[in-house]
Amino acid sequence: MPNPFKNFLDFFLKVFTNKRHVKIGLYGPTNSGKSTLANRITKDWLGEEMSSVSRIPHETREIITKEKITAEQNGKKLTFNLVDTPGIATKIDYEDFLKYKMSVKEARERAKEATKGVIESIKWLDSMDCVVVVLDSTINPYSQVNITIIGNLAARKIPVLIAANKVDLKRADIKKVEAAFPQYKTVGISAEYGQNMDDFYKMLFKVVK
Amino acid sequence: MLTLQFIPNSEIASLDQEAKLKRLMSLIKNDRILVLEGGLSSDEEMLLIQRTMEQINKEFRGIEICTVSHEKKKAELGTMIKETLLKAFGYKSGLTIIGPASIVKEIRRDPTKIELLTVNKRNKKR
Repeated sequence: MPNPFKNFLDFFLKVFTNKRHVKIGLYGPTNSGKSTLANRITKDWLGEEMSSVSRIPHETREIITKEKITAEQNGKKLTFNLVDTPGIATKIDYEDFLKYKMSVKEARERAKEATKGVIESIKWLDSMDCVVVVLDSTINPYSQVNITIIGNLAARKIPVLIAANKVDLKRADIKKVEAAFPQYKTVGISAEYGQNMDDFYKMLFKVVK
Repeated sequence: MLTLQFIPNSEIASLDQEAKLKRLMSLIKNDRILVLEGGLSSDEEMLLIQRTMEQINKEFRGIEICTVSHEKKKAELGTMIKETLLKAFGYKSGLTIIGPASIVKEIRRDPTKIELLTVNKRNKKR
């Protein structure tokens, strides 16, 4: 639930000091490339990375925030706080982590932290000003997690940009992502290789403003 | 043996959100695959995911869920009036299928079809 005091403070800062920055959240299912995109954005504008990435699911198990990122596009500036969130999932089986050569104890610990991460992601949703939903464009987009995330953002009237990630891979299908969520702007990117990031920033400026 | 349980809207419509989720969680944890008439709202789905995460342990590994609802965008005036009247009489369109992840491996949805794949327990080492 949103903190009423924080909301009031944000409102006060926005109205009277113009110092509150837009909060942009990266949401999506696990392993869609949220942290890779977060790193790409902070590398582009701050010259440094903010999150660790891994092929093992649930690498991000806590909310990670980077403040005061200023992006520029056609002479316009946008200063925002970027929030990298743990991937949202409906199931977490510690045995899935054993495939990655973890001990049972490590796998159980990771699963426990991952469940807390999902809860944190959901709790933070209300405080976002804009959300980039990061989807793996090589995977069928009609999953209930994607539909639930986008449905909740729509219900809260939070502006959404869909980043169809991993377009560098052969199986990528941006058109399928666009067809699944035709009411939102979709941009195909490769966060890992920085492909199409100019278009991503152009669309982000449009969605935020 | 799989147990599918149909839950008519009338059975849960009078419950508040917490009571509804509690009832659903209890049935899912008893290895039932639920078919909910009327379906869950996206808000309820998010809360159900939250409750699921709170209860995950060695035995309970989570859920698989899929909601099917009517495409509202292209509804004609006649359909809209019909739906409004049905809603007024307590009818909700759409449905949600939920099952425990220990039984339901995946619910695949392409816009035109839904496939429910179950876990082959004989091949699963526990």
